[in-house]
Amino acid sequence: MIEVKNLTKKYGEHLAVDNLSFTVKDGQIYGFLGPNGAGKSTTMNIMTGYLGLTDGQVLINGHDILEEPEEARSCIGYLPEQPPLYMDMTVIGYLKFCAELKKIPKAERAQAVEEAMVKTGIEGVKDRIIRNLSKGYRQRVGLAQAILGMPPIIILDEPTVGLDPKQIIEIRELIRKLAKDHTVILSSHIMQEISAVCNYIMIISNGRLVASDTPENLMKQQQTASSLELEVRGNRAEVEVLLREIPGVQSVEMQKSREKDAVKAIITEEAGADVREEVFYTLAREHHPLLKMNQERVSLEELFLELTDETESAGAESQPESTGEEVAE
Amino acid sequence: MIAIFKREFKSYFTSMTGYLFMAFILFFEGLYFVAYNVTQGYPHFAYTLYSLNFVYMIAVPILTMRVFADERRQKTDQLLLTAPVTVMQIVMGKYLAMVAVYGIVCAISALGPAVLTLFGTVYLAGDYGMLLAFFLAGSAFLAIGMYISASTESPVLACVGTFGVLLILYLISSIASMIPIDAIANVLTEFSFSDRLYNFTQNLIDVPSYVFFASVAGFFVFLTVQSVQKRRWN
Repeated sequence: MIEVKNLTKKYGEHLAVDNLSFTVKDGQIYGFLGPNGAGKSTTMNIMTGYLGLTDGQVLINGHDILEEPEEARSCIGYLPEQPPLYMDMTVIGYLKFCAELKKIPKAERAQAVEEAMVKTGIEGVKDRIIRNLSKGYRQRVGLAQAILGMPPIIILDEPTVGLDPKQIIEIRELIRKLAKDHTVILSSHIMQEISAVCNYIMIISNGRLVASDTPENLMKQQQTASSLELEVRGNRAEVEVLLREIPGVQSVEMQKSREKDAVKAIITEEAGADVREEVFYTLAREHHPLLKMNQERVSLEELFLELTDETESAGAESQPESTGEEVAE
Repeated sequence: MIAIFKREFKSYFTSMTGYLFMAFILFFEGLYFVAYNVTQGYPHFAYTLYSLNFVYMIAVPILTMRVFADERRQKTDQLLLTAPVTVMQIVMGKYLAMVAVYGIVCAISALGPAVLTLFGTVYLAGDYGMLLAFFLAGSAFLAIGMYISASTESPVLACVGTFGVLLILYLISSIASMIPIDAIANVLTEFSFSDRLYNFTQNLIDVPSYVFFASVAGFFVFLTVQSVQKRRWN
């Protein structure tokens, strides 16, 4: 359990973290989401005791990170943004050093190192010098260091940066496995990553917590009306009239379709209404075959963009994603 | 602390640094040993050690320049500072590793007077007294170098900075002689490592100098801890 109370961090005049408060409960995967420079890494660095704080308090399992640093830090495994690796050591030498540094009892050290290597899949490179490893493997060695000795809280700062898609999937799988008996906090500026693994999301922007909830609840909170995209065989005017008459339809916009003898219609629903079935039956009754129906919901992506500053660079990479059902005849 | 000590000590010998440091000092030591003690038959090993005064300026930065600056640059300090160890333990682990490498040099130097006893009467007390002073003075220089390394992110800056500071310390009595105000000149002379080491060549066991060297070492270890602590607060 981590309690962060009114955390504030200033770099000179610049306010990096602004009065941030949250509680992390045991046994969950928490996602820290925010554009670059939102204060994610700073917050994590403070939680792990690497940086001091300007104001506020951080409690790790009841231990204040400043007053009882050793007790607090021994509960945490931390993978910083850049894995803290000694380039001139072998993988196994490095992990043994970390095990000793983390005060894992001598009798358990060899086993703890072995276990961490198996979990991160780096046994094959254990005798190689870290300098000669690829970025993906270095990241994994960093991760092995963080989970070494199985600390109750594991904090990972952008754990999948620089990995290829296959490695990303493996790391996510590993994080899910870890969450069975650890609390995991990970940060990312990529929405898909967070929604893929986390069961609780904290969105921060400019050092403030702007939203924090489960992914489902965050979506529900969004009241924006959803829209339907249809492709219908038939005459443009006829279809438009039919659609307008359906209760719950707010507006209809007709467009040309690429298909022959077909039209495209975009329906905006009234808030809370679901007109999909009615659209289907109405069109069927009038013998206008429905070729395609796609419901556009507000995705987490859009939510993220809305909540954080849209001009921030991170949001720009992500495309709005549509989740929907397609009906074809 | 032991974990850090072991890792540091090993890393000095997996990289060239440790060997380079030892070779550099021992090369000059051998040179003066041959010149003074072997060729000229001078029985005083303390003179050989005293002549090595200038070697520190180059040897010390070899060992100290990366000790904290590189950790910071490679971000490995995040590992150390988020581990359940205190900053004091981190600093002591690293410092003692350097002192241990230097200790090997001193241990090898200890053979010098012993070899000389085979050829005649040797002032063993004076020679070994000098060796202890040589060890403590070197340890004090290492602490100074460590502090400078902890105040920067660049090993090159740390190296040049340490060289500069040791150069000033080396020249301090000549600098003092140029200052017309006696009070200042006298205080500065007190800080002259070479003047203090010179006393030992006169067969004198100068205990205050031992205390002085050890105090300088302790003071800079303390400053290093403060410097590392301070960095997380700004």
